Amino acid sequence: MPDDARLDKAILASPLAIHGLTVSYDHRPVVHSVDFVTPPGSMSAIIGPNGAGKSSLLKAALGITRRLTGDVRVFGRPYAQMTRHVAYVPQRNSVDWDFPARVIDVVVMGLFRDLRWWQFGGRGQRRRAMQALTRVGMEAFAERQIGQLSGGQQQRVFLARALVQEADLTILDEPFAGVDAATETAIVEVLKSLRDEGRTLLCVHHDLATVRDYFDHVLLLNVRRIAAGPVDQAFTEANLQATYGGRLSSVQLARLVEPALAAREH
Amino acid sequence: MSEFMMFSLVPLAVAVIISMTCALLGNFLVLRRQSLIGDAISHVALPGIVVSFLLTGVLSSSAMMLGAGVSALVTVVMIELIRRLGRVEASAAMGVVFTSLFALGVLLLEWHGASGVHLDVEHALYGNLESLIWFDGTGPAALFDPVALADLPPQLGRAAWVGLLVVAMLVVLRRHLVLGSFDPEFAASVSARPALVDLLLVTLVAIAAIAAFEAVGSIIVIAMFICPAAAARLMTNRLGRQIAWSQLFAVLSAVLGYLLAGHAPGWLGFEASVSAAGMIASVAGLILLAACLAGPRRRRTGAATSV
Amino acid sequence: METWWRALTFTLGYNTSVVTLGAMLLAAGAGMVGTFVLLRKRALVSDAISHATLPGLALAFILVGLTTGDGRYLPALLLGAAASAAIGLWAVQSISDHTRLGEDAAIGAVLSTFFAVGVVLITVIQSMAVVGQSGLTGYLVGATAGMLASEAKLIAACALGLLAAVLVLRRQLLLVCFDADFARTQGLDTGRLDLVLLLLLMAVVVIGLKVTGLILIVALTIIPPVAARFWTDQPMRMVALAALLGALSGYLGVTLSSVREGLPTGPLIVLSAFGLFMVSFLFSPRRGVLASLLAYRRLRRRVHLRQGLLALAREEPIFDDLTLTLLCRRGHIRRDGVATSAGLAAARDADHEERLWALYRERYPDDALHREHAGLVPIHEVLSPDAIMALETQLLGRREVVR
Repeated sequence: MPDDARLDKAILASPLAIHGLTVSYDHRPVVHSVDFVTPPGSMSAIIGPNGAGKSSLLKAALGITRRLTGDVRVFGRPYAQMTRHVAYVPQRNSVDWDFPARVIDVVVMGLFRDLRWWQFGGRGQRRRAMQALTRVGMEAFAERQIGQLSGGQQQRVFLARALVQEADLTILDEPFAGVDAATETAIVEVLKSLRDEGRTLLCVHHDLATVRDYFDHVLLLNVRRIAAGPVDQAFTEANLQATYGGRLSSVQLARLVEPALAAREH
Repeated sequence: MSEFMMFSLVPLAVAVIISMTCALLGNFLVLRRQSLIGDAISHVALPGIVVSFLLTGVLSSSAMMLGAGVSALVTVVMIELIRRLGRVEASAAMGVVFTSLFALGVLLLEWHGASGVHLDVEHALYGNLESLIWFDGTGPAALFDPVALADLPPQLGRAAWVGLLVVAMLVVLRRHLVLGSFDPEFAASVSARPALVDLLLVTLVAIAAIAAFEAVGSIIVIAMFICPAAAARLMTNRLGRQIAWSQLFAVLSAVLGYLLAGHAPGWLGFEASVSAAGMIASVAGLILLAACLAGPRRRRTGAATSV
Repeated sequence: METWWRALTFTLGYNTSVVTLGAMLLAAGAGMVGTFVLLRKRALVSDAISHATLPGLALAFILVGLTTGDGRYLPALLLGAAASAAIGLWAVQSISDHTRLGEDAAIGAVLSTFFAVGVVLITVIQSMAVVGQSGLTGYLVGATAGMLASEAKLIAACALGLLAAVLVLRRQLLLVCFDADFARTQGLDTGRLDLVLLLLLMAVVVIGLKVTGLILIVALTIIPPVAARFWTDQPMRMVALAALLGALSGYLGVTLSSVREGLPTGPLIVLSAFGLFMVSFLFSPRRGVLASLLAYRRLRRRVHLRQGLLALAREEPIFDDLTLTLLCRRGHIRRDGVATSAGLAAARDADHEERLWALYRERYPDDALHREHAGLVPIHEVLSPDAIMALETQLLGRREVVR
């Protein structure tokens, strides 16, 4: 039985608290009555098989797509009032990379809300954008046309655009999809440094093998919420089995959960 | 000189202003892969005008423009409804709506054809640029004569106002437009209202199309929405420069097209001149052809992704 | 009314009957070809093709007119139209293949430029001393009123040939539209089939010019297939249905236009097609708007109600207005929000069922994946009584252990 007062406090402190969120497509729920309270200062992963509704959950939470039911709060207030506190990094392939823009132009887009319509972006804006680019190791590419970037570089630019927003919560949709190993390491470093600043990260993540290394909290999702919590409590063989059904072999499962066993024995 | 002032100055000015306005908006249509919305809107101006004529009984410009504007809005709403509620692909939904409304326009027109209306499909398509005569434009002095200026064909003033409106809206909305065109999901997450901006862009397209339609016919409108911007897209990788190129191409097409229409037949030994609107659009097409063959940035960069 | 009936029953005279049949065959062919093009997601290519016929038409008119003095010679005009449409098609293809511009820009650029050239040529014609100039504008919006039986027969014969070609090629075309990569692995030359499809489309447009005019022929290649899509998910049925809907629009359009003098055929055919589309769009039980809206509302209520009952069972507060309204309307809670005894019973049932479903998902994850109701349907409607008994036993056993 959840204690009301305590629950409220958790929701007030949470940078993203989702309650009873349902998203439907084609008269079928693709996300069904999901509750998830993102712990502040955490680095959380949303994992689940293809079609489990991971991206749909995020898009509906951010008001990008319509939701059937549910309530979304940012620090206890409706999301629409609190967009400033949230940065969103969409999937890399959701945009046309042949768009006539330079890397720096894309990063400056992150400062959208800081400028009124009569203002033109000045040196201050550029400096902030360059700082963000430096943080992701892309400062040398500032003047490049975005079409000339590799997949990993594109992802870093997207991350830089989120960095300039200086948001309390950064939501990333598959930031490691189709990027090279060096980029993956670099992005993880940046995300961890953000967490160390007290910010919260929430990622849709695909690679089960790296969940333990990268994240401290996890939401297992397959249309419904299967489990959620700290990685060593929620990322268990039984929960993975329930999330992925027969799609993971017992060998794979054992290998994924092994570190937990090893840690416990230790 | 006075002949130029009287017969050519106003048509040329109207053509240049309208070409530049349409090309300016065209940049965003081409980037968003919505080029054909301009096509659809210019087709449905016809039913709008016919219906407004049938309702009011007069062929006044304001009633015509209102009718065309309403039908443009109806078109956009219908396309969106069919696309979303019926889950029909956008281009197919567009094809369903504009052809049906155009058919409605033709039907109503022919139905009333017997009663001798001075409206015909050809006029709607080709416009009548050549008829914008400035009778008081007898010499350079007329440019400073308030009486003569008051006699300027009203289409010029309307085109100028619409041009100013479009420029002003684009300046105000520039960041919204760029963001919503490049990454609509991110735009939604920073409350840049991409859906609202979409609607505003389409409305501006409709306004420009209608102002142009009255003076130069719908065919030039479609060409000017697409050709200069598409050609400019092949010249550069920077948005600002692309817009500048598109404006240059628009002016070039308007001036060259107008002059060729008036004088080229004469060089070939014909008496009459050919359609100026048609010639302007043809020149715009030729410029695009040249850009396709030799534009420095004509190849795609980056991984092509579906939108 | 009586005239219409006579036209409908083909008793209004030979000429009308031939024109009606010709238009029906043409529209059926347009619907079939259009379906493949729609499935290939290139619906508006036909817009470019149709506008691109104008310069060819005008040039053919000039050439024939200069040699014979009268430009109206249908075969030559159609040949000219086909030639310039082919060039337009090639231009669309080259622009979208070899430059960074999208197909939309390519289509728009080609249709406006070609049409503009056509307009220029028409103004040239107007300054020439050639007979039959007014016949040319008929190609803009179509004119069947003055159509000769011989012309109608030519159109009907071409349309028949087109239908035959589509029937022969249907399987290959479908494969290319559905999955071009797979088709390639099956040894099909997808590039050539694509070309064949576009040539068929071009044939439809050129043949249809005289009937509906070049702007409206586009409608016949788009509207019937889009309407057919609402009734079936099976591609071959969609092709057949599009042909049927096309033929029906042709039939209705031509017969309606014979009701009164001066009613244009092309627009009436298109508007008939649009009427059929609207019926499909609104009332199709599969994908129609009404069915969709009802299903959406039903799903939303179901989810709200379930969430509300579960919240009651777990004694959690409910804030959502719609949930409260629904619970109140069903008598599960009183106006002040306190649960009634019936409400508590329903809540217990819902909670129990939720547990059964959860257990089912846990025990049979693979089977659960195949069921799409996401646990919103009462469990006894889906599983056999035996399976439910087994689950109940397991659930009971688990409770004992917990205790």
